[in-house]
Amino acid sequence: MPSLKHLRVRINSVKATQKITSAMKMVAASKLRRAQEEAESARPYAERMERMVASVSQTFVGNETSPKLLSGTGSTKQHLIVVATSDRGLCGGFNGSIVRAVRARIGELEGLGSKVSLFPVGRKGVEQLRRDFGERFLAERDGSGSRSPTYSDSSDIGQTLMDWFDSGKFDVCEIVYNRFQSAMTQTVTFQQLVPFSVENSEEPSLDGAIYEFEPDEEAILEKLLPRNIEVQVFRAMLENAASEHGARMMAMDNATRNAGEMIDKLSLTYNRTRQAMITTELIEIVSGAEAL
Amino acid sequence: MAEQLTFELVSPERLLFSTDVEMVVVPGGEGDFGVLAGHAPLVSTVRTGVIDVYGSDSISDRIFVAGGFAEVVAGRCTVLAEEAINLKAAEKSAVEERIRQTEQSIQDLNPGEDANALEAELAVARALMDVLDG
Repeated sequence: MPSLKHLRVRINSVKATQKITSAMKMVAASKLRRAQEEAESARPYAERMERMVASVSQTFVGNETSPKLLSGTGSTKQHLIVVATSDRGLCGGFNGSIVRAVRARIGELEGLGSKVSLFPVGRKGVEQLRRDFGERFLAERDGSGSRSPTYSDSSDIGQTLMDWFDSGKFDVCEIVYNRFQSAMTQTVTFQQLVPFSVENSEEPSLDGAIYEFEPDEEAILEKLLPRNIEVQVFRAMLENAASEHGARMMAMDNATRNAGEMIDKLSLTYNRTRQAMITTELIEIVSGAEAL
Repeated sequence: MAEQLTFELVSPERLLFSTDVEMVVVPGGEGDFGVLAGHAPLVSTVRTGVIDVYGSDSISDRIFVAGGFAEVVAGRCTVLAEEAINLKAAEKSAVEERIRQTEQSIQDLNPGEDANALEAELAVARALMDVLDG
């Protein structure tokens, strides 16, 4: 039987924890609102950019002069996975589910005989992947921390990817992130960045229209493709940020509720023990008086 | 009333415009071009400048854009701008402030640091100022 003092200490400590988790929940909820807005308002640009690249790239189908970013290097031996995770924990299964998906994907790709390298973005992903896959890291970087993701960060990442691609470090590049659906659900999403794949654009071909280009198509694609990569990375980061706050809000909501249940249970035990002690004392007094 | 054209203007932050208009005049990389409904499919770069949106016969909106891409397909004109500001909502004082801050950050740069991005930013802010001064 735990002593009264012991119980009191536990109740207080659980109460303190509950205060923290409920505060974290509030913070996550308010950040979520902003992050969600940002993610949702960035979607149109990313989608239209994709659509534009898709329609421009049609002109290049089967064309030998098409840029490598569009048609690929002709090999699929070297894969690069950009793993977007959060910098901070306490957000439920958010990072865990990404890391699990990445592990599965690595297994799958290696089964096909490809070489897989990783570029984790976000401290949690780096930590969780380093032990098993540390030697595959081409680089690692922190996410945006508690700020919301900025375009210049994504543009940095895009630049790095372009450099690696030019120096032949990978043939195919994918980014994995949590796509935000609602505060309750986020889905782990793999998106292919290089070479540009037409499948992932939602609205394909526009009846094979032939475009005029101003200036010429090479010049446009040369600008458009790197830009598209940056934009898609940025979109992934924003979605991820919104998902992170959503996941954290849910995790902290659960934690707060669990703490509440625990407090109820402990208080019950505490009161029972206290009453039992009073009863015992009374019996002692009464039987003492009777004995006289 | 002439046939309508769907005009969409998006910046990385948000969708600014998605309306039916009569005509838009876009500052293309190789010269301004006007787009009416039924324009031939076209993809063009966009330079820093002003997009004129014609509602019916007259200009309904003027929007400053800082570079990007434009795509025209059957009845739709999409402009992906790196930055877009509706001139109705632009304020001179804010732009002046932006120019000053950018100039300041260029001066604060340590030697060896890359000033290209900041200088591009300054050029955009100055171009916007010129437009506002009209």
